[in-house]
This record gives sequence, structure tokens and C-alpha cells, in this order.
Amino acid sequence: MSEPDDRWFDEAAGPLVRPYAMTRGRTRPGNTDLDLATQVVTVWTENDSGSLSPEHQAVIELCRTPLSVAEVAAYVDVPLVVVKVLLSDLIERGDVVARAPRMANNLPDRNLLQAVLDGVRRI
Amino acid sequence: MVSVESEAQGAAMVIPTSVKVLVAGGFGAGKTTMVGSVSEIPPLSTEELLTEASTDVDDLVGVEEKTTTTVALDFGRITINAEIVLYLFGTPGQNRFWFMWDELANGAIGAIVLVDTRRLDSSFPSVDFFERRKIPFIIAVNCFDDAYRYQVDEVRSALALSEDIPVLMCDARERESSKQALVSLVEHAMSRAPMSVDEVV
Repeated sequence: MSEPDDRWFDEAAGPLVRPYAMTRGRTRPGNTDLDLATQVVTVWTENDSGSLSPEHQAVIELCRTPLSVAEVAAYVDVPLVVVKVLLSDLIERGDVVARAPRMANNLPDRNLLQAVLDGVRRI
Repeated sequence: MVSVESEAQGAAMVIPTSVKVLVAGGFGAGKTTMVGSVSEIPPLSTEELLTEASTDVDDLVGVEEKTTTTVALDFGRITINAEIVLYLFGTPGQNRFWFMWDELANGAIGAIVLVDTRRLDSSFPSVDFFERRKIPFIIAVNCFDDAYRYQVDEVRSALALSEDIPVLMCDARERESSKQALVSLVEHAMSRAPMSVDEVV
């Protein structure tokens, strides 16, 4: 039973463009290996970007410097699941390449940990 | 958009590798504060959509319910060197977002569990989570100004922690203090990592 006054206005009603409209209704990325921390970077191609959505193009521009999936989502200001679909499209097209986090197989690597330790001590 | 520069850049591009550290703990324990105090960028926030069907599927007035819930995720970044970037993720506080924890924890170096001694029980779920998954973690007691100062042993015993789990006192607002927690976690993770071949020989 709903209250007659229970209406949503402005922010409460959610975004004007529903997030999944940017992904043409897809809720799962084609490339399911994308982790929050996966590094993605734009590569130079001769692909025509004219057919891409503004969101795809924004991701391509942003990733000229390597960034994590989470950073791309934060900067483009779309939910993670949406940015994963967008990135997955771009990876498929060859516009973006990805590098999975180093420890994704759960095998700790002492050399990696030592490098991290040295780095953290320097901050 | 296509330029000679970008081509040259592409040829020499080194893609860094990422490592993850989680900052966990109950609501209000200071997770975002800690992430912010050591991050080289102001903490970023992104959101995940929770689109699963609600449990009350028989509710026919469901069209009036919001069908997506958003889970906010705060994180920070520390560039270790040209090849390694460390990300610190604050874990979502509410229990119904456990599904997010699995992706966050996958491949993580480990976790700092921030404890507010005034609400010790709110850190139990985090401790359980990392213990069950055998993910290295340390306890950082965030010393709030108005909280009673317990001894390390008292906290260890209240949380039923084994002796090898480091417990330290910290002030999540202080960069140096948060850094010490991070150092302690990485050292702890190293102590649990298998020796590499050349070290064994």
C-alpha cells in the first residue's frame, strides 16, 4: 500500500537518462574479466569513433592516461556496471586495452609486496 | 583526435598493474577518512547498481518501488611507481551489500579493519569476512577523541583475534598514522606470502 504523498521529485526520481539507456539495455559487459582495479588505456587506432556514443567517446578521451575501471566510472560519473559495458565495447573494438590486477589469481608475490611496501613508506 | 603524438605514446605505453587494499569496518568507523588521508587524489566516489529483484516479489504494488539501489563506493589512489598503482577501497557499510565485497576482495593484498571501540560489534562482520576467506588483515583502532582508550590486548581479546593479527592504534585523520596502518598490513601480508624460489634455496 503506498502513501498518496509518496512521490519522487528531482534527485529522488533518479537520473533523467536511465543508466542502462547508455548501454542499450545491456546489464552485463561482454568482457566479464573487468575488475574495479583493472587498468585500461586508450590505444591509437584508425577506428571511426563517429559511430560511438558520447559516453564511449568520453571514455576514450579519459583513458589516454592509464586509469582503473573504478576511476573511469568516477570521472565519467556513471555507475560501475555501465562503465564496464562501455569499456567492454571499446576493448572489443580495439580502442582500449586492459591489464588485470596483478594478484587476481590470489597468489601473493613477495617481490610485488616488497615494491608496494617501499612505495608506501615513501609517501 | 588522431595525432602523431598519440601514436608515439601508444608505442611506448606501459600499462601499470593495480593492487588493491580494502579499508573495512562498521558505519562511521572512519573508512573514508582513512582513504582520504593517504590518497594522492581527493577520494573518488562511484556507485554500483543493485538491480536484483527485491525479496518481496509477490508485492503487486512493486511498480512503485525503486527497482535499482545504488551502493556508493569511495576509493583513493597511491602511485607506487611507474608500474604499480595501489587502490584503497572503502567497503560499503551495510550488510546487504556483501556481494560487492567479493569483487573488492578478489586479488586484494589485504584489508585494514578500522575499529571504533564505542561500537566494537560493528567490526565483527568485517573480521569474520576476512578470516573466512583467509585474506590478510590487520586491526586499526581509530582513536576517536571522546572514546575510552583500550589497550591493544583488550581489543585483541574482545575481537577474539589470534596472536598473529597485528592490532594498532591510529588516528585515521592523520596521514602518517594511516600510512603506518598500511605499512603494517603489507608487512603482515608479506609474512604470510610463500617464499619465492630463490629465497628458499
